[in-house]
Amino acid sequence: MTGPAALPRDLHPLAWWSWAIGLATAASLTTNPLLLLLYMGSATVVVMARRSGHPFGRSFRLYVYLAAFTVVLRVVFRIVFGGQEVGHVLLDLPEIPLPDWAAGIRLLGPVTSEALLAGLYDGLRLAAIILCVGAANSLANPKRLLASVPPALYEIGTALVVAVTIFPQLAESARRVRAAQALRGGATTGVARLRRFLVPVLEDALERSLALAAGMDTRGYGRSGGATLRERWVTGSLLLLALTGICVGTYAWLDPTAPQVLALPMLGVGVSVAVLGLVSAGRRVQRTRYRPDAWRGAELFTVGVGVAVAVLGWYVAHTQLVVAYPGVDVVPFLSPLALACGVLGTLPAIATPVPASAPVRQEVTA
Amino acid sequence: MSGHAVIELRDIGFRYDRDQVLRGVDLALEEGELVLVSGRTGVGKSTLLGVVTGLVPRFTGGVLTGDVLLDGRSIVHQPPRERAHLVGYVGQDPLAGFVADTVEEELAYGMEQLGTAPETMRRRVEETLDLLGIADLRARDLRTLSGGQQQRVAIGAVLTTHPRVLVLDEPTSALDPTAAEDVLATITRLVHDLGLTVLLAEHRLERVVPFADRICLVTGDGDIRVDDPHTILLDSPVAPPLVELGRLADWAPLPLTVRDARRRARSLPDLVEPEPTPPPTAEPLLVARKVTVVHGSHVAVREVDLTLSAGRVTVLMGRNGSGKSSLIWSLQGSGKRRSGTVHVAGDDPADLAPARRRTRVGLVPQTAADLLYLETVAEECAAADTGAEAEPGTCRGLLDRLAPGIDETMHPRDLSEGQRLALALSIVLAARPPVVLLDEPTRGLDYAGKAELARIVADLAADHHAVLLATHDVEFAAHVADEVVVMAEGEVVSSGAPRRVLAESPSFAPQVTKVLGPPWLVVEEVAAAMRARVEERRA
Repeated sequence: MTGPAALPRDLHPLAWWSWAIGLATAASLTTNPLLLLLYMGSATVVVMARRSGHPFGRSFRLYVYLAAFTVVLRVVFRIVFGGQEVGHVLLDLPEIPLPDWAAGIRLLGPVTSEALLAGLYDGLRLAAIILCVGAANSLANPKRLLASVPPALYEIGTALVVAVTIFPQLAESARRVRAAQALRGGATTGVARLRRFLVPVLEDALERSLALAAGMDTRGYGRSGGATLRERWVTGSLLLLALTGICVGTYAWLDPTAPQVLALPMLGVGVSVAVLGLVSAGRRVQRTRYRPDAWRGAELFTVGVGVAVAVLGWYVAHTQLVVAYPGVDVVPFLSPLALACGVLGTLPAIATPVPASAPVRQEVTA
Repeated sequence: MSGHAVIELRDIGFRYDRDQVLRGVDLALEEGELVLVSGRTGVGKSTLLGVVTGLVPRFTGGVLTGDVLLDGRSIVHQPPRERAHLVGYVGQDPLAGFVADTVEEELAYGMEQLGTAPETMRRRVEETLDLLGIADLRARDLRTLSGGQQQRVAIGAVLTTHPRVLVLDEPTSALDPTAAEDVLATITRLVHDLGLTVLLAEHRLERVVPFADRICLVTGDGDIRVDDPHTILLDSPVAPPLVELGRLADWAPLPLTVRDARRRARSLPDLVEPEPTPPPTAEPLLVARKVTVVHGSHVAVREVDLTLSAGRVTVLMGRNGSGKSSLIWSLQGSGKRRSGTVHVAGDDPADLAPARRRTRVGLVPQTAADLLYLETVAEECAAADTGAEAEPGTCRGLLDRLAPGIDETMHPRDLSEGQRLALALSIVLAARPPVVLLDEPTRGLDYAGKAELARIVADLAADHHAVLLATHDVEFAAHVADEVVVMAEGEVVSSGAPRRVLAESPSFAPQVTKVLGPPWLVVEEVAAAMRARVEERRA
């Protein structure tokens, strides 16, 4: 990437999310531990190279812990709840007899290497998906993603942004109230204790919400703009029509006995009317965006990488079954195609501009 | 004060049920004018501001009558969002009103709602960053800013839409003296340079009066009086110490700035200076040595030594974030302490179980409401008695002494700020701790509330409690303190008798000290000296 794209700037959040979803899709289509490790590696490399300076940028570590925990949990479950009867027994634990009503559930019993490996592979797959989501989260501020929704959905977007903001505040107010309640005596058990804790937290949350609502209102949130009654009516009926179309279409598609004319064509009509409705709603919105994220070559490239990884992963899963889903009794291996697919995901680490909001790293390199 | 009225309230009346808050109020604000709304707590100052912004009655309920004109056009039926481009509003807690994450996005938010063109937005954000002197904060997370910075960002965020009127509800109530001066200087600059009309409500008149063009006194019987500060302050029930000094010495016109008063003070007769307070002989109840508190990598308190003695009031001062709260919580034992020792009656409170800790050191947190969770005052008191294993009625008895005449059936949320504080204090005192710590108890209290609190604190000291309280309010500190400890960056920078510590620091000196010089601290001392002089002459 040369020219303006090489200047430090934040990549469009949508590009990062598409890339991450592509990787996650590919990861969900295999149980090959080598391939999964490659996917996780690519996600980590990109995060290390391009993570931004905002608070969300530091969240990746939490996802790594969560992923490791998932793997351990899957393996432990395999041991605790037993598994296959057959296979190489590694450890012969006694089985705990359970009453009749719990038939079908086994507690402990012989631990086979096959069961452990199956648990490990399964856990790795989940871990890879978690890491991909975590990568997207630390590369792109989720709030900026919500803010990039089309103008007609702006109000919903803002509501979501506010909801995301409320959580750290709730945690803060919970911490404060718990400390304060320790300063007075009183009920320390049961419902009364919960009440001591919940009432002040909820009162605080309610007061904050009212203050925020008042603040947003005085700053112009939800101005009706210059829409006439007729425009509103047109938009409303378009969206209603679209909803009906999509409902009927989906129903016909899922129910094979329904006439097929109603299926995909109806769905298509519904979606296009919905787009019309959103455009019509968006046109009367008088809002503008301050410094919107640009959509340039680097964004297209990143999305392309995500799509390519997903398509390649799907191709491998359907043509090279032994590579994508290796048995637990043989050593897993990679085909050249699978290897390419696993490594491809790292490309955005070098092909995208350095984020502008990464002050610490810039100082080091400067 | 030429020019026409930007905002005009005509025959405004407002009531909740049968409670008439405002009646027949007429008020016209001219261009480039700063009008201060003053009055006791709960008389309807916020209501008056809300009428201008449109938040009253939409967010409060109640019935509003009369008309509000902006540039001669009626806007009384427009909701706040439709007035957003004309009236800017900044509430008491700026953090609660922030919508975006970073300073820059917050400044742009209002313009985005109004549909301002992108180039204009970009330009105005830069202009506003410079105007308020916050350009270096542009990419910062709003939650990491100090209180004064947050307040300036909040003001900037409404200025970007170029409103005609700026409405501010207690913009400096949570700020330390220096940050408050910064914010007020910014507001004055806007009034002078941009011709902005500002309507501002504030408890701490000593900070704002010098900047006000007119004062609108909400009298409490539904009426208001609007006149220039000299006239209003002659008999206003709320007045800064400077004005009280002026009233005492019969200066006319009243001095509004320290400079005016200092010039007048030359005419005062020679007064006998107040006696220095006797050195402490009381027994120490809490002894803290080398207390260090660390949050993550931030050293909040660094090797602080502190001794609290029976019957003495120690006031802890310092700017926001200087470690006052961290120190208070670690002295109580609930807050984590990295190193150092605290001894209360032979024990370290941090080693005790919470129930025994409460009997050694009582603490009223900054948000007193966090302590309360029941529906009536009576229930709260009963729960406090059971919790502290005290005789039934102990807490109620304490409450009746601290704040007499509170109706038992009231909801704690409906109490006034001062009454709620008294309730929280009674609950904490029910466990009979010898040491009492109060974190920012003066927040939201008016002069009468503060006088009441000063009396409560003096009572506690007379009962041989050791009291430590953190506050930004220098006038309050001058009234109650036996000893003042000033903190900065987690360290104690000065400590000692208030006459020495407060007078030493230009930002912490009370107004009377600024005018008469040390050792004078409060108006009451001057009054006593003048009375003594009169009697001497008679004799």
